[in-house]
Amino acid sequence: MNRKRWEHFSHEADMGVRGLGSTKEEAFEQAALAMTAVITNPEVIAPSEAIEIHCEAPDDELLLVDWLNALVYEMATRKLLFSRFEVHLDGHRLTARAWGEPMNRAKHQPTVEIKGATYTSLKVEKNAMDGWLAQCVVDV
Amino acid sequence: MDGSHNVWWTYNAMDIALFKRRSEFEWEIAPQGAMRVPGVIYASEPLIRAMDHKVYEQVCNVAMLPGIVKASYAMPDAHWGYGFPIGGVAAFDPDEGGVVSAGGVGFDISCGVRCLHTGLVTEDITPVQKVLADNLYRKIPAGLGSTGAIRLNQEGMDAMLAGGAKWAVAQGYGTAADLDHIEEYGQMKHAKPGNVSDHAKKRQRDEMGTLGSGNHYLEVQKVARIFDERIAGVFGIRENDIVVSIHCGSRGLGHQIGTEFLKKMAVAASGYGIQLPDRELACAPIHSPVGEEYLGAMRAAINCALANRQILTHLVREAFEQIIPKARLPLLYDVSHNTCKVEEHMVDGKIRKLYVHRKGATRAFGPGHPDITPSLRAAGQPVLIGGSMGTASYILAGASEGESRSFGSACHGAGRAMSRHQAYKTWKGRQVIDELATRGILIRSPSSRGVAEEAPGAYKDVAAVVDAADSAGLAHKVARLEPLVCIKG
Repeated sequence: MNRKRWEHFSHEADMGVRGLGSTKEEAFEQAALAMTAVITNPEVIAPSEAIEIHCEAPDDELLLVDWLNALVYEMATRKLLFSRFEVHLDGHRLTARAWGEPMNRAKHQPTVEIKGATYTSLKVEKNAMDGWLAQCVVDV
Repeated sequence: MDGSHNVWWTYNAMDIALFKRRSEFEWEIAPQGAMRVPGVIYASEPLIRAMDHKVYEQVCNVAMLPGIVKASYAMPDAHWGYGFPIGGVAAFDPDEGGVVSAGGVGFDISCGVRCLHTGLVTEDITPVQKVLADNLYRKIPAGLGSTGAIRLNQEGMDAMLAGGAKWAVAQGYGTAADLDHIEEYGQMKHAKPGNVSDHAKKRQRDEMGTLGSGNHYLEVQKVARIFDERIAGVFGIRENDIVVSIHCGSRGLGHQIGTEFLKKMAVAASGYGIQLPDRELACAPIHSPVGEEYLGAMRAAINCALANRQILTHLVREAFEQIIPKARLPLLYDVSHNTCKVEEHMVDGKIRKLYVHRKGATRAFGPGHPDITPSLRAAGQPVLIGGSMGTASYILAGASEGESRSFGSACHGAGRAMSRHQAYKTWKGRQVIDELATRGILIRSPSSRGVAEEAPGAYKDVAAVVDAADSAGLAHKVARLEPLVCIKG
């Protein structure tokens, strides 16, 4: 399990996800964890199987949205929930592995389905503490 | 911070000094900066004061888009959305460089409400309320991870995306008579299944006939009050009748289309010379390859939503029949509240063909409009307003005045007053369910946290929203519905 450095922030109708990290990669990983936490407690998801994700976008912010949307797609089509992430960035190209397990309604008690990551409150930036922040609102 | 659920939301109250009050329920923002047209919000004073200032910003931003006609509108239930406010209405003229916007339609394309008669009265339900609730919950796939019984191959998927509810009826879900009571008669024309990505189709593979989660629901409701006997007569509803309302949309397919085109349009906009005040307003000219591609895909998603609600209708009928064999459930009407449609509207004395975006707003054509099915035409289009779980819903009728006020549009629901986040911290699912049970409302849901996030207190007062829509002349109040059973995704 990754060290927790994420939080949720409120949007009038939906939910904001924010990841922090000492690197941009870590902030992306933590944002993904924050997204999982919109659905269920990440601690109850065993990281028993892994999938690979690749995406590319014109800038960091669109890349964050692509990354989260790739996870939304994998969750929806493979019926998996993810609790561990490893992100590598090469410019605006992302390769990642995500670990999780098949969704089990009794075990995971999922709350809501995420329709997609949005461009609302979208930010990828270096903060004053010399760490990275990656955030956006997800539509539920 | 340690992964805790920190609340971090600066709510900025609306400054009503920014508006010119044109009448009691109409608030105008004069064009300024890059705005091409004014902004107009229809609301009572308490409602507009309770709106987030973001609604003001978003109404202004939409007014800056190329080809916008007359004004950028917001309905009484408007709240902070994505680029467009939720409750936003805007029309664009393709011949004046007008645009189509994926954000102006939203992720859940053609999300909407349909309402079914049952031929029953409250006394028929009372003795079987619990078994009916259980049976509906058993039959209707609801919540994250639930799947439908239908698996579509490539050919079947394309036929569904082209045919909508008409396709569903041909597959045995419901009857041809249902189609007369759906916008577009159940089939959105000019849909292009070929414009829908494989990813979007894959996401839909086992989601046909599922309710979804979040604010989606299925309710058994009683008609608690009639406000307009004449129109209620045309709609076929009387006090104490039982109806069923279904609120859901185009499921994973629509969400994926929204996601993909938001990016495509955001990347393409500058190439079309469009300066976006906010990236979320991503759009493309109607007459452009990306614009046309989106329109074909979005119309296919509308058909997906219509087919989905049609299949759910069939499941509801089966569930009722098993418990109350005499029940008959003809369709009252089906409305979509996240769409972009081509419509003719009178602007400055001239009929113009416009692309009308309604993001969290219901089409509300007035009496005599040719797009309303003949049996209902004299009364105006039924406008179905969903409340939140445990609160009232309303049936309104489109008003002729509304056609000149907001391109024939009205509100769509209550709108949240509190974030999900705050709601989850405020209530426990079990407590909400028990409390509603003491008021005779049975909730069935797979997610206790989901119920807490959707607690009735997290929403604005739907009655105030409906009253404002009525007073502003957008639609007429016809009936108030109160829930008896709610299946919550």
